[in-house]
Amino acid sequence: MMILQVQGVSKNFGGLQALSNVTFDLPEGQILGLIGPNGAGKTTLFNVINGVYTPSEGRVIFRGKDVTGQKTYHMAHAGMARTHQIVKPLNDLTVMENVMVGACFGRESHNLKKARQIAEEVLDFVGLAERAEQLAGSLNVGQKKRLEMARALASHPYLLLLDEVLAGLNPSEIAHMVDIVRRIREQGITIIMIEHVMHAIMNVSDRILVLDYGQQIAEGSPEEISQNPKVIEAYLGDPKLAERLMEGGE
Amino acid sequence: MKTLKNHLGLITSLVIVILIAIAPIVSGNAASREVVFTILRAIVLASSLNILLGYTGYVSFGHIVFFGFGGYVGFYLITAQGQSLWVAMLAGGLVSGLLAYLLGKAILRLRGAYFALATIGVNEAVRAFINNFEPFGGPTGMTMNFSVYQEYGGAMKALEMSFYIMLVLALLVIVLSYVVRTSKFGLGLLAIREDEDAAEVMGVVAPDAKTWAFVLSAIFPGMVGALFFFKNGSVEPLDAFPLHTSIEMIVMVMLGGQGTVLGPILGAAGYQRMRGLLVTSPIFKNIQLAVSGGLLLLIVLFVPAGVIGWARQRWPKLRRVLQ
Repeated sequence: MMILQVQGVSKNFGGLQALSNVTFDLPEGQILGLIGPNGAGKTTLFNVINGVYTPSEGRVIFRGKDVTGQKTYHMAHAGMARTHQIVKPLNDLTVMENVMVGACFGRESHNLKKARQIAEEVLDFVGLAERAEQLAGSLNVGQKKRLEMARALASHPYLLLLDEVLAGLNPSEIAHMVDIVRRIREQGITIIMIEHVMHAIMNVSDRILVLDYGQQIAEGSPEEISQNPKVIEAYLGDPKLAERLMEGGE
Repeated sequence: MKTLKNHLGLITSLVIVILIAIAPIVSGNAASREVVFTILRAIVLASSLNILLGYTGYVSFGHIVFFGFGGYVGFYLITAQGQSLWVAMLAGGLVSGLLAYLLGKAILRLRGAYFALATIGVNEAVRAFINNFEPFGGPTGMTMNFSVYQEYGGAMKALEMSFYIMLVLALLVIVLSYVVRTSKFGLGLLAIREDEDAAEVMGVVAPDAKTWAFVLSAIFPGMVGALFFFKNGSVEPLDAFPLHTSIEMIVMVMLGGQGTVLGPILGAAGYQRMRGLLVTSPIFKNIQLAVSGGLLLLIVLFVPAGVIGWARQRWPKLRRVLQ
Protein backbone atom coordinates (compact mmCIF):
# COMPACT_ATOMS: atom_id res chain seq x y z
CA MET A 1 0.00 0.00 0.00
CA MET A 2 1.21 3.50 -0.85
CA ILE A 3 1.31 5.65 2.24
CA LEU A 4 2.18 8.80 0.34
CA GLN A 5 1.73 9.83 -3.27
CA VAL A 6 3.17 13.08 -4.53
CA GLN A 7 1.76 13.89 -7.96
CA GLY A 8 3.18 16.60 -10.18
CA VAL A 9 3.91 18.97 -7.34
CA SER A 10 5.28 22.41 -8.21
CA LYS A 11 5.87 25.38 -5.95
CA ASN A 12 6.96 28.83 -6.90
CA PHE A 13 7.68 31.86 -4.76
CA GLY A 14 7.20 34.84 -7.03
CA GLY A 15 9.55 34.17 -9.91
CA LEU A 16 11.51 31.45 -8.15
CA GLN A 17 10.58 27.92 -9.12
CA ALA A 18 11.42 26.04 -5.92
CA LEU A 19 9.88 22.74 -7.04
CA SER A 20 8.80 21.67 -10.47
CA ASN A 21 6.70 18.66 -11.23
CA VAL A 22 7.91 16.34 -8.47
CA THR A 23 6.22 12.94 -8.58
CA PHE A 24 6.84 9.86 -6.48
CA ASP A 25 5.06 7.12 -4.57
CA LEU A 26 6.18 5.91 -1.18
CA PRO A 27 5.22 2.38 -0.06
CA GLU A 28 4.49 1.78 3.59
CA GLY A 29 7.43 0.77 5.78
CA GLN A 30 10.21 2.12 3.56
CA ILE A 31 12.87 4.70 4.22
CA LEU A 32 13.12 7.22 1.39
CA GLY A 33 16.26 9.35 1.33
CA LEU A 34 15.94 12.83 -0.12
CA ILE A 35 19.22 14.34 -1.25
CA GLY A 36 20.43 17.21 -3.35
CA PRO A 37 22.67 20.25 -3.16
CA ASN A 38 21.79 23.18 -0.92
CA GLY A 39 18.79 25.10 -2.22
CA ALA A 40 17.57 22.14 -4.28
CA GLY A 41 14.09 22.34 -2.72
CA LYS A 42 14.25 19.47 -0.25
CA THR A 43 12.86 21.34 2.72
CA THR A 44 10.32 23.04 0.46
CA LEU A 45 9.11 19.59 -0.56
CA PHE A 46 8.71 18.69 3.14
CA ASN A 47 6.83 21.92 3.69
CA VAL A 48 4.46 21.08 0.85
CA ILE A 49 3.95 17.52 2.08
CA ASN A 50 3.14 18.49 5.67
CA GLY A 51 1.03 21.52 4.89
CA VAL A 52 3.27 24.48 5.66
CA TYR A 53 2.88 25.49 2.01
CA THR A 54 0.09 24.80 -0.45
CA PRO A 55 1.61 23.59 -3.72
CA SER A 56 1.19 25.86 -6.75
CA GLU A 57 0.31 22.78 -8.77
CA GLY A 58 -0.12 19.08 -8.15
CA ARG A 59 -1.56 16.92 -5.41
CA VAL A 60 -0.40 15.24 -2.22
CA ILE A 61 -2.21 12.06 -1.26
CA PHE A 62 -1.65 10.65 2.23
CA ARG A 63 -3.02 7.22 3.09
CA GLY A 64 -5.40 7.36 0.16
CA LYS A 65 -6.81 10.79 0.96
CA ASP A 66 -6.12 13.97 -0.97
CA VAL A 67 -4.58 16.30 1.62
CA THR A 68 -3.37 19.05 -0.72
CA GLY A 69 -3.57 22.43 1.00
CA GLN A 70 -4.47 21.07 4.44
CA LYS A 71 -3.02 22.83 7.49
CA THR A 72 -0.05 21.42 9.38
CA TYR A 73 -2.25 20.46 12.35
CA HIS A 74 -4.58 18.51 10.07
CA MET A 75 -1.56 16.60 8.83
CA ALA A 76 -0.46 15.93 12.40
CA HIS A 77 -3.91 14.58 13.26
CA ALA A 78 -3.83 12.40 10.13
CA GLY A 79 -0.59 10.77 11.34
CA MET A 80 2.27 12.73 9.83
CA ALA A 81 5.07 14.06 12.02
CA ARG A 82 8.25 15.95 11.20
CA THR A 83 11.42 17.38 12.62
CA HIS A 84 12.90 20.73 11.64
CA GLN A 85 16.26 21.38 10.09
CA ILE A 86 16.59 24.42 12.32
CA VAL A 87 15.40 22.97 15.61
CA LYS A 88 12.32 24.52 17.17
CA PRO A 89 12.34 23.55 20.84
CA LEU A 90 9.68 25.01 23.12
CA ASN A 91 12.43 26.64 25.17
CA ASP A 92 10.67 27.52 28.40
CA LEU A 93 8.93 24.16 28.72
CA THR A 94 10.65 21.08 30.07
CA VAL A 95 11.86 18.34 27.76
CA MET A 96 9.04 16.19 29.11
CA GLU A 97 6.41 18.83 28.34
CA ASN A 98 7.80 19.28 24.82
CA VAL A 99 7.31 15.61 24.10
CA MET A 100 3.89 15.54 25.79
CA VAL A 101 2.70 18.18 23.30
CA GLY A 102 3.41 15.69 20.53
CA ALA A 103 1.48 12.93 22.28
CA CYS A 104 -1.43 15.18 23.34
CA PHE A 105 -2.14 16.86 20.04
CA GLY A 106 -0.90 14.37 17.46
CA ARG A 107 -2.74 11.51 15.82
CA GLU A 108 -3.85 9.73 18.97
CA SER A 109 -4.81 12.86 20.94
CA HIS A 110 -4.03 11.50 24.40
CA ASN A 111 -4.87 13.01 27.78
CA LEU A 112 -2.06 14.37 29.94
CA LYS A 113 -1.62 11.23 32.01
CA LYS A 114 -1.26 8.88 29.05
CA ALA A 115 0.85 11.48 27.23
CA ARG A 116 3.31 11.56 30.11
CA GLN A 117 3.62 7.78 29.96
CA ILE A 118 4.28 7.86 26.20
CA ALA A 119 6.73 10.73 26.61
CA GLU A 120 8.67 8.71 29.17
CA GLU A 121 8.93 5.77 26.77
CA VAL A 122 9.97 7.95 23.85
CA LEU A 123 12.53 9.92 25.87
CA ASP A 124 14.01 6.66 27.00
CA PHE A 125 14.12 5.50 23.38
CA VAL A 126 16.05 8.54 22.12
CA GLY A 127 18.25 8.65 25.22
CA LEU A 128 16.99 11.84 26.83
CA ALA A 129 15.29 10.27 29.84
CA GLU A 130 17.63 11.79 32.40
CA ARG A 131 17.02 15.26 30.93
CA ALA A 132 13.22 15.04 31.18
CA GLU A 133 12.77 17.76 33.79
CA GLN A 134 15.32 20.14 32.28
CA LEU A 135 14.15 23.13 30.24
CA ALA A 136 14.38 22.42 26.52
CA GLY A 137 16.29 25.66 25.97
CA SER A 138 19.18 24.34 28.05
CA LEU A 139 19.92 21.35 25.78
CA ASN A 140 22.84 21.28 23.35
CA VAL A 141 22.34 20.94 19.59
CA GLY A 142 22.60 17.16 19.49
CA GLN A 143 20.11 16.83 22.32
CA LYS A 144 17.75 19.29 20.67
CA LYS A 145 17.79 17.17 17.51
CA ARG A 146 16.88 14.13 19.57
CA LEU A 147 14.15 16.17 21.25
CA GLU A 148 12.70 17.02 17.82
CA MET A 149 12.75 13.33 17.06
CA ALA A 150 11.11 12.44 20.37
CA ARG A 151 8.29 14.96 19.90
CA ALA A 152 7.57 13.59 16.45
CA LEU A 153 7.62 9.99 17.65
CA ALA A 154 5.35 10.69 20.61
CA SER A 155 2.44 11.21 18.24
CA HIS A 156 2.89 7.62 17.00
CA PRO A 157 2.87 8.77 13.37
CA TYR A 158 2.41 6.66 10.24
CA LEU A 159 4.88 8.82 8.34
CA LEU A 160 7.87 10.62 9.76
CA LEU A 161 9.67 13.42 7.91
CA LEU A 162 13.23 13.88 9.18
CA ASP A 163 14.92 17.10 8.05
CA GLU A 164 18.70 16.81 8.50
CA VAL A 165 18.66 15.15 11.90
CA LEU A 166 22.37 14.33 11.50
CA ALA A 167 23.59 17.82 10.61
CA GLY A 168 25.85 19.34 13.23
CA LEU A 169 26.31 16.08 15.13
CA ASN A 170 29.67 14.51 15.91
CA PRO A 171 30.48 11.00 14.58
CA SER A 172 29.36 9.16 17.72
CA GLU A 173 26.13 11.14 17.84
CA ILE A 174 25.57 10.33 14.15
CA ALA A 175 26.00 6.61 14.82
CA HIS A 176 23.52 6.87 17.70
CA MET A 177 20.99 8.74 15.56
CA VAL A 178 21.30 6.32 12.62
CA ASP A 179 20.63 3.50 15.04
CA ILE A 180 17.53 5.32 16.28
CA VAL A 181 16.30 5.77 12.70
CA ARG A 182 16.72 2.04 12.02
CA ARG A 183 14.81 1.13 15.15
CA ILE A 184 12.00 3.50 14.22
CA ARG A 185 11.65 1.74 10.90
CA GLU A 186 11.51 -1.59 12.70
CA GLN A 187 8.40 -0.28 14.46
CA GLY A 188 6.76 -0.03 11.03
CA ILE A 189 6.93 3.74 10.67
CA THR A 190 7.58 4.99 7.15
CA ILE A 191 10.32 7.62 6.92
CA ILE A 192 11.43 10.28 4.47
CA MET A 193 14.76 11.76 5.44
CA ILE A 194 16.68 14.71 4.08
CA GLU A 195 20.36 14.29 4.69
CA HIS A 196 23.76 15.54 3.62
CA VAL A 197 25.74 12.90 5.46
CA MET A 198 26.09 10.55 2.47
CA HIS A 199 27.41 7.39 4.03
CA ALA A 200 24.59 7.46 6.55
CA ILE A 201 21.76 8.03 4.10
CA MET A 202 23.14 5.52 1.60
CA ASN A 203 23.21 2.99 4.42
CA VAL A 204 19.73 3.37 5.85
CA SER A 205 17.61 4.28 2.79
CA ASP A 206 15.67 1.75 0.74
CA ARG A 207 15.34 4.23 -2.08
CA ILE A 208 16.75 7.64 -2.82
CA LEU A 209 15.28 10.64 -4.59
CA VAL A 210 17.59 13.37 -5.85
CA LEU A 211 16.49 16.98 -6.29
CA ASP A 212 18.47 19.69 -8.06
CA TYR A 213 17.11 23.20 -8.66
CA GLY A 214 13.64 21.95 -7.79
CA GLN A 215 13.81 19.20 -10.42
CA GLN A 216 13.65 15.54 -9.63
CA ILE A 217 16.80 14.37 -11.42
CA ALA A 218 17.01 10.75 -10.28
CA GLU A 219 15.26 8.10 -8.23
CA GLY A 220 16.41 4.60 -7.36
CA SER A 221 18.25 2.33 -4.98
CA PRO A 222 21.33 3.74 -3.21
CA GLU A 223 23.59 1.73 -5.61
CA GLU A 224 21.86 3.09 -8.70
CA ILE A 225 22.03 6.62 -7.40
CA SER A 226 25.71 6.48 -6.61
CA GLN A 227 26.42 5.42 -10.22
CA ASN A 228 24.07 7.93 -11.83
CA PRO A 229 26.03 10.50 -13.94
CA LYS A 230 23.37 13.19 -13.47
CA VAL A 231 23.71 12.90 -9.71
CA ILE A 232 27.48 13.00 -9.86
CA GLU A 233 27.20 16.08 -12.04
CA ALA A 234 24.86 17.82 -9.65
CA TYR A 235 27.18 17.16 -6.76
CA LEU A 236 30.61 17.36 -8.34
CA GLY A 237 29.99 19.38 -11.47
CA ASP A 238 30.28 17.94 -14.99
CA PRO A 239 32.03 14.51 -14.83
CA LYS A 240 33.09 14.81 -18.48
CA LEU A 241 34.50 18.27 -17.91
CA ALA A 242 37.81 17.04 -16.58
CA GLU A 243 38.12 14.61 -19.45
CA ARG A 244 37.38 17.29 -22.06
CA LEU A 245 39.82 19.72 -20.49
CA MET A 246 42.52 17.07 -20.68
CA GLU A 247 41.74 16.46 -24.36
CA GLY A 248 41.70 20.18 -25.14
CA GLY A 249 45.11 20.57 -23.54
CA GLU A 250 46.78 18.19 -25.92
CA MET B 1 -3.96 14.01 51.12
CA LYS B 2 -2.12 13.12 47.96
CA THR B 3 -4.48 15.15 45.80
CA LEU B 4 -3.99 18.11 48.13
CA LYS B 5 -0.26 17.82 47.66
CA ASN B 6 -0.65 17.68 43.88
CA HIS B 7 -2.46 20.98 43.93
CA LEU B 8 -0.12 22.79 46.30
CA GLY B 9 0.31 25.59 43.77
CA LEU B 10 -3.43 26.28 43.70
CA ILE B 11 -3.75 26.16 47.47
CA THR B 12 -0.86 28.57 47.96
CA SER B 13 -2.46 31.03 45.55
CA LEU B 14 -5.90 30.81 47.16
CA VAL B 15 -4.47 31.19 50.66
CA ILE B 16 -2.53 34.29 49.62
CA VAL B 17 -5.67 35.94 48.21
CA ILE B 18 -7.57 35.15 51.39
CA LEU B 19 -4.74 36.58 53.48
CA ILE B 20 -4.86 39.76 51.42
CA ALA B 21 -8.59 40.03 52.03
CA ILE B 22 -8.66 39.06 55.68
CA ALA B 23 -7.75 42.38 57.35
CA PRO B 24 -10.90 44.33 56.43
CA ILE B 25 -13.06 41.26 57.07
CA VAL B 26 -11.76 41.01 60.61
CA SER B 27 -11.56 44.71 61.42
CA GLY B 28 -14.70 45.76 59.53
CA ASN B 29 -12.85 48.95 58.59
CA ALA B 30 -14.58 50.41 55.51
CA ALA B 31 -11.54 52.36 54.28
CA SER B 32 -9.26 49.35 54.31
CA ARG B 33 -12.04 47.36 52.65
CA GLU B 34 -12.05 49.84 49.76
CA VAL B 35 -8.30 49.49 49.36
CA VAL B 36 -8.53 45.70 49.31
CA PHE B 37 -11.46 45.91 46.88
CA THR B 38 -9.24 47.63 44.31
CA ILE B 39 -6.49 45.07 44.95
CA LEU B 40 -8.91 42.21 44.37
CA ARG B 41 -10.15 43.89 41.21
CA ALA B 42 -6.56 44.17 40.02
CA ILE B 43 -5.99 40.47 40.82
CA VAL B 44 -8.99 39.43 38.71
CA LEU B 45 -7.96 41.63 35.79
CA ALA B 46 -4.28 40.63 35.90
CA SER B 47 -5.00 36.91 36.32
CA SER B 48 -7.42 37.04 33.40
CA LEU B 49 -4.98 38.86 31.17
CA ASN B 50 -2.34 36.32 32.17
CA ILE B 51 -4.28 33.56 30.38
CA LEU B 52 -3.67 35.40 27.12
CA LEU B 53 -0.41 37.20 27.86
CA GLY B 54 1.34 34.71 30.10
CA TYR B 55 0.09 31.37 28.81
CA THR B 56 -0.53 32.08 25.13
CA GLY B 57 2.09 34.80 24.60
CA TYR B 58 -0.18 37.36 22.98
CA VAL B 59 0.03 40.92 24.31
CA SER B 60 -3.34 42.63 24.57
CA PHE B 61 -2.90 46.35 25.10
CA GLY B 62 -6.63 46.98 25.12
CA HIS B 63 -7.77 44.33 27.55
CA ILE B 64 -9.68 46.88 29.62
CA VAL B 65 -12.24 46.93 26.80
CA PHE B 66 -13.80 43.79 28.27
CA PHE B 67 -14.09 45.41 31.68
CA GLY B 68 -15.72 48.48 30.20
CA PHE B 69 -18.01 46.68 27.80
CA GLY B 70 -19.21 44.17 30.41
CA GLY B 71 -19.61 47.05 32.85
CA TYR B 72 -21.74 49.04 30.46
CA VAL B 73 -23.99 46.15 29.55
CA GLY B 74 -24.41 45.19 33.20
CA PHE B 75 -25.11 48.76 34.24
CA TYR B 76 -27.67 49.16 31.49
CA LEU B 77 -29.46 45.98 32.55
CA ILE B 78 -29.66 47.15 36.16
CA THR B 79 -30.72 50.75 35.55
CA ALA B 80 -32.79 50.56 32.37
CA GLN B 81 -34.13 47.01 32.58
CA GLY B 82 -34.47 46.67 36.35
CA GLN B 83 -32.45 43.44 36.40
CA SER B 84 -30.61 42.20 39.47
CA LEU B 85 -26.85 42.47 39.98
CA TRP B 86 -26.56 38.73 39.39
CA VAL B 87 -28.13 38.90 35.95
CA ALA B 88 -26.00 41.95 35.19
CA MET B 89 -22.76 40.20 36.13
CA LEU B 90 -23.65 37.09 34.21
CA ALA B 91 -24.57 39.16 31.16
CA GLY B 92 -21.43 41.29 31.52
CA GLY B 93 -19.27 38.18 31.50
CA LEU B 94 -21.14 36.66 28.57
CA VAL B 95 -21.08 39.71 26.31
CA SER B 96 -17.39 40.25 26.99
CA GLY B 97 -16.72 36.60 26.20
CA LEU B 98 -18.75 36.91 23.01
CA LEU B 99 -16.92 40.09 22.01
CA ALA B 100 -13.62 38.29 22.57
CA TYR B 101 -14.80 35.35 20.48
CA LEU B 102 -15.69 37.56 17.53
CA LEU B 103 -12.52 39.62 17.89
CA GLY B 104 -10.47 36.48 18.21
CA LYS B 105 -11.76 35.19 14.90
CA ALA B 106 -10.83 38.50 13.31
CA ILE B 107 -7.54 39.66 14.86
CA LEU B 108 -5.89 36.63 16.45
CA ARG B 109 -4.46 35.67 13.07
CA LEU B 110 -2.18 38.67 13.57
CA ARG B 111 1.03 37.96 15.40
CA GLY B 112 3.25 39.91 17.75
CA ALA B 113 3.15 43.68 17.50
CA TYR B 114 0.32 43.67 14.95
CA PHE B 115 -2.01 41.92 17.36
CA ALA B 116 -1.04 44.32 20.15
CA LEU B 117 -1.79 47.31 17.93
CA ALA B 118 -5.12 45.84 16.87
CA THR B 119 -6.20 45.47 20.51
CA ILE B 120 -5.54 49.16 21.14
CA GLY B 121 -7.65 49.93 18.09
CA VAL B 122 -10.47 47.76 19.40
CA ASN B 123 -10.50 49.51 22.77
CA GLU B 124 -10.63 52.94 21.14
CA ALA B 125 -13.27 51.84 18.65
CA VAL B 126 -15.57 50.45 21.35
CA ARG B 127 -15.12 53.60 23.42
CA ALA B 128 -15.93 55.81 20.43
CA PHE B 129 -18.99 53.69 19.70
CA ILE B 130 -20.29 53.93 23.27
CA ASN B 131 -19.55 57.65 23.29
CA ASN B 132 -22.09 57.99 20.52
CA PHE B 133 -24.56 55.33 21.61
CA GLU B 134 -27.56 57.12 23.11
CA PRO B 135 -29.14 54.15 24.95
CA PHE B 136 -25.93 53.98 27.02
CA GLY B 137 -26.02 57.72 27.69
CA GLY B 138 -23.46 58.80 25.10
CA PRO B 139 -20.50 60.84 26.36
CA THR B 140 -22.05 61.58 29.78
CA GLY B 141 -22.75 57.94 30.55
CA MET B 142 -25.39 56.71 32.97
CA THR B 143 -26.06 57.10 36.67
CA MET B 144 -27.85 54.79 39.03
CA ASN B 145 -30.80 55.70 41.17
CA PHE B 146 -29.94 55.11 44.82
CA SER B 147 -33.13 53.15 45.28
CA VAL B 148 -31.52 50.29 43.34
CA TYR B 149 -29.44 49.54 46.43
CA GLN B 150 -32.60 49.06 48.55
CA GLU B 151 -32.96 45.60 47.11
CA TYR B 152 -29.61 44.71 48.69
CA GLY B 153 -30.33 46.21 52.11
CA GLY B 154 -29.24 49.77 51.41
CA ALA B 155 -26.12 51.40 50.01
CA MET B 156 -23.87 50.42 52.93
CA LYS B 157 -24.83 46.77 52.67
CA ALA B 158 -24.48 46.82 48.90
CA LEU B 159 -20.92 48.15 49.18
CA GLU B 160 -20.00 45.49 51.68
CA MET B 161 -21.61 42.80 49.57
CA SER B 162 -19.67 43.99 46.50
CA PHE B 163 -16.46 43.38 48.40
CA TYR B 164 -17.38 39.78 49.14
CA ILE B 165 -18.49 39.17 45.58
CA MET B 166 -15.19 40.55 44.35
CA LEU B 167 -13.37 38.17 46.69
CA VAL B 168 -15.34 35.23 45.31
CA LEU B 169 -14.57 36.34 41.74
CA ALA B 170 -10.87 36.59 42.62
CA LEU B 171 -10.89 33.06 44.05
CA LEU B 172 -12.78 31.73 41.01
CA VAL B 173 -10.45 33.37 38.51
CA ILE B 174 -7.50 31.77 40.28
CA VAL B 175 -9.11 28.36 40.07
CA LEU B 176 -9.72 29.00 36.36
CA SER B 177 -6.15 30.17 35.87
CA TYR B 178 -4.81 27.08 37.64
CA VAL B 179 -7.08 24.67 35.78
CA VAL B 180 -6.05 26.16 32.45
CA ARG B 181 -2.37 26.13 33.42
CA THR B 182 -2.40 22.45 34.33
CA SER B 183 -4.72 21.17 31.59
CA LYS B 184 -4.06 19.75 28.16
CA PHE B 185 -5.63 22.89 26.70
CA GLY B 186 -3.10 24.93 28.70
CA LEU B 187 -0.20 22.83 27.43
CA GLY B 188 -1.35 23.71 23.92
CA LEU B 189 -1.38 27.41 24.84
CA LEU B 190 2.14 27.21 26.29
CA ALA B 191 3.30 25.49 23.11
CA ILE B 192 1.80 28.32 21.04
CA ARG B 193 3.57 30.85 23.26
CA GLU B 194 6.92 29.17 22.72
CA ASP B 195 6.64 28.58 18.98
CA GLU B 196 3.31 28.77 17.22
CA ASP B 197 4.51 27.10 14.00
CA ALA B 198 6.11 24.21 15.84
CA ALA B 199 2.97 23.81 17.96
CA GLU B 200 0.81 23.57 14.85
CA VAL B 201 3.14 21.02 13.28
CA MET B 202 2.64 18.92 16.41
CA GLY B 203 -1.12 19.18 15.97
CA VAL B 204 -2.17 22.09 18.19
CA VAL B 205 -5.07 23.79 16.42
CA ALA B 206 -3.72 27.24 17.19
CA PRO B 207 -6.56 29.38 15.79
CA ASP B 208 -9.12 27.63 18.01
CA ALA B 209 -6.91 27.47 21.09
CA LYS B 210 -6.03 31.16 20.86
CA THR B 211 -9.65 32.16 20.42
CA TRP B 212 -10.73 30.23 23.51
CA ALA B 213 -7.85 31.63 25.53
CA PHE B 214 -9.00 35.10 24.52
CA VAL B 215 -12.59 34.29 25.51
CA LEU B 216 -11.53 32.90 28.90
CA SER B 217 -9.41 35.98 29.53
CA ALA B 218 -12.39 38.26 28.78
CA ILE B 219 -15.20 36.72 30.84
CA PHE B 220 -14.06 37.69 34.34
CA PRO B 221 -13.15 41.28 33.39
CA GLY B 222 -16.69 41.60 32.03
CA MET B 223 -18.20 40.36 35.30
CA VAL B 224 -15.92 42.60 37.34
CA GLY B 225 -16.96 45.56 35.17
CA ALA B 226 -20.62 44.95 35.94
CA LEU B 227 -19.88 44.67 39.67
CA PHE B 228 -17.55 47.65 39.74
CA PHE B 229 -19.95 50.09 38.10
CA PHE B 230 -22.86 48.79 40.17
CA LYS B 231 -20.85 49.72 43.24
CA ASN B 232 -19.64 52.94 41.63
CA GLY B 233 -23.18 54.13 40.90
CA SER B 234 -22.27 55.68 37.57
CA VAL B 235 -20.49 54.78 34.37
CA GLU B 236 -18.98 56.93 31.64
CA PRO B 237 -16.72 56.17 28.68
CA LEU B 238 -13.52 57.58 30.19
CA ASP B 239 -13.92 55.48 33.35
CA ALA B 240 -14.86 52.35 31.47
CA PHE B 241 -12.12 52.25 28.84
CA PRO B 242 -8.97 53.82 30.33
CA LEU B 243 -6.14 52.70 28.09
CA HIS B 244 -3.57 53.29 30.82
CA THR B 245 -5.27 50.67 33.01
CA SER B 246 -4.66 48.13 30.23
CA ILE B 247 -1.00 48.96 30.45
CA GLU B 248 -1.04 48.77 34.24
CA MET B 249 -2.53 45.28 33.91
CA ILE B 250 0.42 44.28 31.75
CA VAL B 251 2.83 45.72 34.33
CA MET B 252 1.14 43.69 37.08
CA VAL B 253 1.41 40.45 35.12
CA MET B 254 5.03 41.09 34.17
CA LEU B 255 5.99 42.19 37.68
CA GLY B 256 4.66 39.07 39.37
CA GLY B 257 5.62 36.64 36.64
CA GLN B 258 3.81 35.97 33.39
CA GLY B 259 2.67 32.44 32.76
CA THR B 260 2.40 31.52 36.44
CA VAL B 261 -0.74 31.35 38.56
CA LEU B 262 0.70 33.11 41.58
CA GLY B 263 2.63 35.79 39.70
CA PRO B 264 -0.27 38.00 38.61
CA ILE B 265 -1.70 37.82 42.14
CA LEU B 266 1.47 39.13 43.73
CA GLY B 267 2.05 41.52 40.86
CA ALA B 268 -1.44 42.99 41.18
CA ALA B 269 -1.24 43.29 44.96
CA GLY B 270 2.26 44.76 44.88
CA TYR B 271 1.56 47.17 42.07
CA GLN B 272 -1.70 48.34 43.59
CA ARG B 273 0.01 48.96 46.94
CA MET B 274 2.77 50.90 45.24
CA ARG B 275 0.25 52.90 43.25
CA GLY B 276 -1.61 53.74 46.44
CA LEU B 277 1.56 55.09 48.02
CA LEU B 278 2.52 57.05 44.91
CA VAL B 279 -0.85 58.73 44.41
CA THR B 280 -0.87 59.96 47.99
CA SER B 281 2.73 61.15 47.92
CA PRO B 282 3.13 64.85 47.07
CA ILE B 283 6.16 64.23 44.84
CA PHE B 284 4.86 61.32 42.80
CA LYS B 285 1.13 61.89 42.64
CA ASN B 286 1.30 63.48 39.18
CA ILE B 287 3.89 61.18 37.67
CA GLN B 288 2.51 57.95 39.04
CA LEU B 289 2.12 56.47 35.54
CA ALA B 290 5.66 57.42 34.61
CA VAL B 291 6.83 55.32 37.53
CA SER B 292 4.81 52.35 36.19
CA GLY B 293 6.37 52.84 32.78
CA GLY B 294 9.84 52.90 34.30
CA LEU B 295 9.00 49.83 36.34
CA LEU B 296 7.88 47.95 33.22
CA LEU B 297 11.12 48.88 31.50
CA LEU B 298 13.20 47.61 34.43
CA ILE B 299 11.27 44.33 34.58
CA VAL B 300 11.61 43.66 30.88
CA LEU B 301 15.32 44.43 31.00
CA PHE B 302 16.35 42.67 34.18
CA VAL B 303 13.71 40.20 35.38
CA PRO B 304 11.67 39.30 32.29
CA ALA B 305 10.29 36.26 34.10
CA GLY B 306 8.89 38.39 36.95
CA VAL B 307 9.22 37.74 40.67
CA ILE B 308 7.74 34.25 40.62
CA GLY B 309 9.52 33.26 37.42
CA TRP B 310 12.78 34.39 38.95
CA ALA B 311 12.12 32.52 42.19
CA ARG B 312 11.25 29.36 40.26
CA GLN B 313 14.57 29.52 38.44
CA ARG B 314 16.46 30.36 41.60
CA TRP B 315 14.92 27.67 43.79
CA PRO B 316 13.72 24.77 41.61
CA LYS B 317 12.60 22.93 44.75
CA LEU B 318 9.88 25.52 45.32
CA ARG B 319 8.28 24.91 41.92
CA ARG B 320 5.50 22.79 43.36
CA VAL B 321 4.44 25.62 45.64
CA LEU B 322 5.09 28.55 43.29
CA GLN B 323 3.02 27.76 40.24
